[in-house]
Amino acid sequence: MIVTDTRTGRRPGTLGDSAVRPDGVAKVQGTFSFSSDEQIDGCVFGATLRSPHPSARIVSIDVSGAWKVSGVEAVLTAEDVPGNATYGLVVADQPVFAADVVRYVGEPVAVVAADHPETCQRALAAIRVDYEVLEPLLDPEVAIRGEHPDIHPDGNILRHQRIVHGDPDATGDVMVEGTYELGMQDQAFLGLEAALAIPEPGGGGIELHIATQWLHEDRRQIAACLGLPEPKVRLVLGGVGGAFGAREDISLQVHTCLLALRIGRPVRIQYSRRESFVGHVHRHPARIWMRHHATTTGQIVKIEARFVFDGGAYASTSSPVLLNGITHTQGPYRCPNAVVDGWAVRTNNLPCGAMRGFGVVQACFAHESQMDRLAEACGLGAVEIRLRNAMRTGDTLITGQVVESVAPVARCITEADALPLPEEPVGGRDGDPMRLPGGAGRTSDAEHVHRGIGWGVSIKNLMYSEGFDDFATARCRLSGGVVTLKFATAEVGQGFVVIAGQIARSVLGVDEVRLDTVDTDIGSSGSTSASRQTWMSGGAVDAACRKVRERLFDHVAAQHGLDPLRLAIDGTDVIDTMGTLRLAVEDAVMGREFDETVEFRHRPTEDLDENGQGNCHTAFAFAAHRAVVDVDAELGLVKVIQIATAQDVGRALNPLSVLGQIEGGIAQGLGLAVMEEIVRNAGYVRNASFTDYLLPTSLDMPEVVVSLVEEPDPQAPLGAKGVGEPPCISSTPAIVAAIRDALRHAGIERRLDRVPVRPSDIAL
Amino acid sequence: MAVVIPIDLDAAMRAASAAPDALILAGGTDVMVEVNAGQRRRALDSDTVIALDRVRELRRWSHDPERRTVTLGAGVTYTELMTEPLASLLPALAEASRTVGSPQIRNAGTIGGNLATCSPAGDTLPVLAALDADVHLASLNGERTLPVGQFMLGVKTTALTRGELIVGVTAPVLRGAQGYAKVGVRNAMVIAIASACVIVDEDCRDVRIALGSVAPTIIRCPDAERHAAANLDWDRGRATPGVAAEIGERAAADARPIDDHRSTAAYRSRAVALLVGRLVRRGFPDA
Amino acid sequence: MPEFYELQINGSAHDVHDAWLGESLLYVLRERLGFTGTKSACEEGECGSCSVLVDDVLVCACLALAGSATGKTVTTVEGLAATGTPSDVQQAFVTAGAVQCGFCTPGLIVAAHALLTESPEATGQEIREALSGNVCRCTGYGRILEAVAAAARARLAAGAGSIDDRGET
Repeated sequence: MIVTDTRTGRRPGTLGDSAVRPDGVAKVQGTFSFSSDEQIDGCVFGATLRSPHPSARIVSIDVSGAWKVSGVEAVLTAEDVPGNATYGLVVADQPVFAADVVRYVGEPVAVVAADHPETCQRALAAIRVDYEVLEPLLDPEVAIRGEHPDIHPDGNILRHQRIVHGDPDATGDVMVEGTYELGMQDQAFLGLEAALAIPEPGGGGIELHIATQWLHEDRRQIAACLGLPEPKVRLVLGGVGGAFGAREDISLQVHTCLLALRIGRPVRIQYSRRESFVGHVHRHPARIWMRHHATTTGQIVKIEARFVFDGGAYASTSSPVLLNGITHTQGPYRCPNAVVDGWAVRTNNLPCGAMRGFGVVQACFAHESQMDRLAEACGLGAVEIRLRNAMRTGDTLITGQVVESVAPVARCITEADALPLPEEPVGGRDGDPMRLPGGAGRTSDAEHVHRGIGWGVSIKNLMYSEGFDDFATARCRLSGGVVTLKFATAEVGQGFVVIAGQIARSVLGVDEVRLDTVDTDIGSSGSTSASRQTWMSGGAVDAACRKVRERLFDHVAAQHGLDPLRLAIDGTDVIDTMGTLRLAVEDAVMGREFDETVEFRHRPTEDLDENGQGNCHTAFAFAAHRAVVDVDAELGLVKVIQIATAQDVGRALNPLSVLGQIEGGIAQGLGLAVMEEIVRNAGYVRNASFTDYLLPTSLDMPEVVVSLVEEPDPQAPLGAKGVGEPPCISSTPAIVAAIRDALRHAGIERRLDRVPVRPSDIAL
Repeated sequence: MAVVIPIDLDAAMRAASAAPDALILAGGTDVMVEVNAGQRRRALDSDTVIALDRVRELRRWSHDPERRTVTLGAGVTYTELMTEPLASLLPALAEASRTVGSPQIRNAGTIGGNLATCSPAGDTLPVLAALDADVHLASLNGERTLPVGQFMLGVKTTALTRGELIVGVTAPVLRGAQGYAKVGVRNAMVIAIASACVIVDEDCRDVRIALGSVAPTIIRCPDAERHAAANLDWDRGRATPGVAAEIGERAAADARPIDDHRSTAAYRSRAVALLVGRLVRRGFPDA
Repeated sequence: MPEFYELQINGSAHDVHDAWLGESLLYVLRERLGFTGTKSACEEGECGSCSVLVDDVLVCACLALAGSATGKTVTTVEGLAATGTPSDVQQAFVTAGAVQCGFCTPGLIVAAHALLTESPEATGQEIREALSGNVCRCTGYGRILEAVAAAARARLAAGAGSIDDRGET
C-alpha cells in the first residue's frame, strides 16, 4: 500500500522526506555498536607511550622495565615496524613511532599490550626514554624566514602558494586592512579513538574494526606500514562517534595492528580524552593579513592577503587546507584583482589537518571582518556591502575559475535578513539570570547588557580539488521487494545511512532497504569530509540503483513485449506510461536478482599554475548567518541570543537531517567564536581535557532560525549540495561581528581580530 | 581490595584511623577524576577505599532557630543545597550550587568534598568564608571545630590531619541580601575564572565579602568590608553606584590573582571588582 | 578482603570478580558486565555520556567507584524500557531527529528520563538547564530539546502519573 504525505505528495522514506534514521532506535537504546564497544574473546588492551617534549632527540629507549610488569604481552618501538616507517595522507612524512627525534608533545614513541588498561599504564610508566631536549620551532614566521634548522628532512615549509589575478597593481579609493588570528580548535568528537585488530589465524593478515572517515585510505597506509599487501588487510567500519575531520589521518590503526600481529591475539586500543587531544590533528591556527581595496561605493577592486597556517610537526593535509584557505580569500563576492601569498609551515606544535571547514573557516573570519570594516569606511550597512558585491553564477574566483555552481548569495543574505529577530528583550525577562550573559553565575544585570547584530556570509568548495581522483563506489542489489545497498561510505553521524535508503526507495519504488556491512570488501567511497558524501556516495548509490532499474525495466519489457523506455516507477509499482500495465516492483522482479556496482566521479579538476590560476575546485555552496548577541561589556561576557541562517542547499533530500547539520555546525562555529581553543605554551598543551577545553552546552546554544534556499544544482547528481561545512564557517564571524556591534552600542570600539574572543579581549 | 562502606561516623573514623593512607571518597567528583587519570596509584595500592556516602550523620542537616544557625553534614550535596527549605536558609549557597551547572555533578558532589579539595575555585567556599562558617572535624582522637578561614590554608591544602574526617559545617542564618557571582566562559560546568560572595548582616549592619580564584585560597576583604559598613545607607537600604564601585575596588585590591591557561591576573582583578560592586548594588540599590 | 562484590544493575544482581580497586562504575559496567550502552567520553564528569541512575539519582558513572556502588540500584540506558521497545523518550529522540552519531544519546536519554520523572511539567529553559551536564557535539541541541519537550507534552496530555518510565500505562 502506498501511503503518501498528502501535504507533499511524497511517499514516506523517499527523497525530500524527513525520514528517520535506520540506526536511530539502536542508538537511543544503547545497543548500537561503536568501535569502543567491540570486544572479542581473548582480546588484550594496548596503550601508547608519548613524547613529553615538543622537540627532542631520543638518545635511548629502555623497555625492560615494562616487561617486568606482570600481565604485559608486548612492547613495540620503531624498530618493530616491518613495512614503511612513515605514513601520511598526502606525504608519508609521519613516523609510526618516533625513532631518532620527537617533533611534538604527544608523538607516539612506543606501545604496549597487556591484560588490563591499568597494567598498560604501569608498563608505560616503566619504559625509560632518555631525551635530549632541543629548542623547539614554534613561530611560523621563524620557519618562513628560514631562521631555524629543518626539524624534518622534508624541510620546514609544507607549502607556499601564490595567487595573482587580474591587475596586481590595481588600487581602490577606499582601503581597509587587518590582521586576523584564529586559535587551534579541536574537533572534540565524543566517540574517543578506538580500534580492534584481529589477526588472521596462521598469520599474514589482519582485520581491523575501526571508527574512521575513509576505510580505503586507512588501509593503504596501514598495509604499507605493516608490510602486507592490501588484500590481506581488511577494514570494517566500527560505529563512529563523530569525526569532523579528526579521523581522516591515521592515529591508532597501525599501532593496534602491529600489536595484534606480534602476539597473535586480538588487541584493542582506546584513547583517553587527554590522549585524544594530542592523538589526532587539529584545525590550523592561522594568522591572516588582508587588505581590501574598493570604490567609494563599496565595490571590491582588489584584495591582497597573506596567509600563514601553522601545520605543526607533520604534513597531514596542510597543503590542501592552505589551498582552500587562499582560494577562498575573496569570499562569496566578486573580486577582479588579487594578490595572495599563502604559507603552510612545519613547527613543533601539534600536527594540524582536516577539521570541518578545512581552511575556509580561517579565510572567512578574515574576509567577513574585512567586509564590515569596508562597510564602515564606505558608510554602508553590513547587509548592503555584501549585497553590492554578492557573487552570482558565472562570476570568476581569484583563481580564474568560473563559478558554474548555482550561486544564490544575494538570496541567502536577503532571506536570512527577512527571518524574524528574537522576541527576547535585551537583558532577558523577569530578571531571570539564565537569560543574561553569565547565566547561573549571576554576573550581570539587564542594565549591564547591550545587544548587537552581526553578519557572516560564506562560500565553501565541495569535494576535493587540484586534480584529485575523487570517486565513490556503491553496489545495489534488488531481490524480491528488497534492495540491499553496499558501500564503504563512513557514517559518522551525518546521516548518509538515511538518505541512501531514500535514494533507493525513490529510484526503485521499494520500501525495504537493507544496508550491508561497511568494509573494504567493496571499492572506496572516499572520505566523509569536504561536504562530499551526499554528492559522491549519494551519486554512486543513485547511479547503481538506476542501473538496476534499467535492468529491471529491460526484464519487464522483455516479459511483456514492450519498449523499456515506456516503463517508469510509480509509487511502488512498475508501470507502462503509455499503456495499462502496472505491477508491484516485487512482482516485477519475479525471483530474479539484479546486482550492479558503480563508481561515481565528479568532473575533473586542475592544478593551479605558479600564479594560482586554474580550475582547481569542483563546486561551491553558500550560506549567510546573522547573529544576535547580548554582551556585558564591562565583564566581557557574551550570550548568543539567536542565529538566523539561510543556506544554499540545492535540494533538501531530508530536511530534518539538513536542520541537524545546520544546528550542529553552528554550535561548532559558536564554540570557535567564544570558547574553544587548545591553549599552548612553548609547545605544551595546557588544557587537554573537557574541564578546560570548553564545548558549548545546552545552556550556551541560542535559538536557531533557518531558511533553506533550494535552487537545485544541475551539476549535482541529486540536485543537492553538501550541507555540513557552511554552518560552521560564517557563523563564527557573524557572532564576532555582533559582539563588536554590541560594544559600539555601549560606546566601546574593539577590533576583536582574534578568535576565540575571550572576556579579557572585550573587557580590558 | 577493600572498599569500606561505613554507615555511621564512628565506623568511619575507625576505618580512617586504621588505614590513614586510604582513598577517602564522598561524591567522587574530584577524587575519581584523579583516579581515572592515574594520579592516585599510591592510595589505591594501599588497597583500601573508604566510601563515606552512606554515613548517616554526614547526610543530615539541621536548623537551630534559636541560635539561628544551620549545620550541614559533610555529605550534603549541591542538589540538596538548592532545595527548599535549605535554599531559603542559605540562599548564597543555593546560588553557588546552581553555578556548578551539571545535574549529575550536583547530585553527587558534597559540601564536605568541596572543602576537602579546597580548590581556590571551589564554588561553595567563598560563601562559607563570607558566612564565617565553622568546620567540624572528628577523628578517634576527638572532635574539633575550626573557623573556615583557618581550615582552608592554601591551594588544595587544608588543616585536616591524618585519620581526621570533615563531619560538617555550621553557618549562621543571616537577615539581609546574599549573593554569589562567578565568571566563566560558558554557562555550565565551568571552573570559576573569578568569583565573589557578598553577604549582608542587617542586624549587625556589616557586610562580608569573600573572593575566589584570585589567591591561593579564598580570601576575605576586611578593608572593603569596613568601608561598606561605614558608607552604605543602612537606614534606607540604599547605596550610590559610586559607593558600590568603591567597595568593589577595595575588595579587588586584596586579590593576588595569577595568569594561567584560564585567564589573566589583570582580568581577574577587574572581574572581582565588578562582581563585588554589582553584588553590593543588588543588595543596596541606587540611592 | 572480599574477592568479589555484587552490583544491582537494571534489576538483576551481577557478581564482579578479581577487579582492580580503582575501577569506576563506568569501567565495570562496560568491560566486566557487558553494559556497553553507557559511554566513556571524558572520564571527568564533564560530558554526561556515562550518565546512569544510582538509586534513581542521575550521576556520572565515571565518577562512581564500582566497588562502592554495592547495595545501590543502578539503572543504565538498557534498563529504562522493556527490552526491544523504545520508551516514549527514546522514540521522541528518534522521531525528532535528535540523534546523529549517537554517542551522547544514551546519557541524554537517561538524563531526560530523570528529568521527566522529577519534573513532568518541565519546559524550555528548565529542560535546557537539566541537560546542561550532557554535551553533544553533533546536533547543536535543537532537536534534542525539541524531543524532550515533545515527550513531556505527550506525557502530560496522557495524564501525568499514569505513565511510568517505561512508557507503559
